[in-house]
Amino acid sequence: MAGLLGVGGGVLFVPGLVIFLGLGQHQAEATSLLAIVPVALVGTYRQDRYGHVERHDALMLGLLSLAGAAGGVALANVLSGSVLRDAFAALMVLIAAQLVYRTLSAGDDAAPAPKRPSTLPASDDPAPAPKRSSSGGRDALD
Amino acid sequence: MSPDSTAGASSARSLKLIVIGTVAGLFSGLFGVGGGSVIVPLLVLWLAYGEREATATSLAAIVFIAGFAAAVQGLYGNVDVGYAALIGVPAIAGVLVGTWLQQRLHTRSIALLFAALLVASAVELVLR
Repeated sequence: MAGLLGVGGGVLFVPGLVIFLGLGQHQAEATSLLAIVPVALVGTYRQDRYGHVERHDALMLGLLSLAGAAGGVALANVLSGSVLRDAFAALMVLIAAQLVYRTLSAGDDAAPAPKRPSTLPASDDPAPAPKRSSSGGRDALD
Repeated sequence: MSPDSTAGASSARSLKLIVIGTVAGLFSGLFGVGGGSVIVPLLVLWLAYGEREATATSLAAIVFIAGFAAAVQGLYGNVDVGYAALIGVPAIAGVLVGTWLQQRLHTRSIALLFAALLVASAVELVLR
């Protein structure tokens, strides 16, 4: 499902672990993070084969996240389980709202790849070149 | 957007990446999610990424981000490796199936259903 929608994993992992496996909020979040790694890896490999991954930017983002990630974990462990859980529930609602907004403003991109005769590209085709960002100090090609 | 390869544009771009990376890391560490909800919109908005490239690049970044955050959480003793495997393995299968499905289903309906599922889960989580 994470691959279907481009929503990172975790947003369903955490409540799943809490609701169905009885983990505490902190343990659920921590365990979710570990589970996300292979899932994201598989998704990345697929997307990379289509040439959609900007590797340099991805690496930069990953390395630059270290301070924030350490800080975020420290903060999570200072908060109580119920506060963290309520905050997480609020986040889920925000992500749901974001998803609805993106979906409703997406237009024809949301249609399934046509088996009917059409000039629409299949949704898994490599994106057309003008949409790619370059990695050389410019934000866009056009 | 006119192309600009001056040092000023490069450092502006680097600054944006620093902000996105840090905020995504914060989200990931605090909430146990990947951080894609932060990365994708900001790559699109600030770095003129297309949606597809943003999602793909975000996924790649998340491998590192979630990995770091998991490691730090591990130091706190919060990580359950067994349960991680329990949810991770079916999730990987889900990614593979999901990509296949995406070509054949109305992504819009699935996305809206998913949003509804998120809200329902949020309510259930709070009621626990």
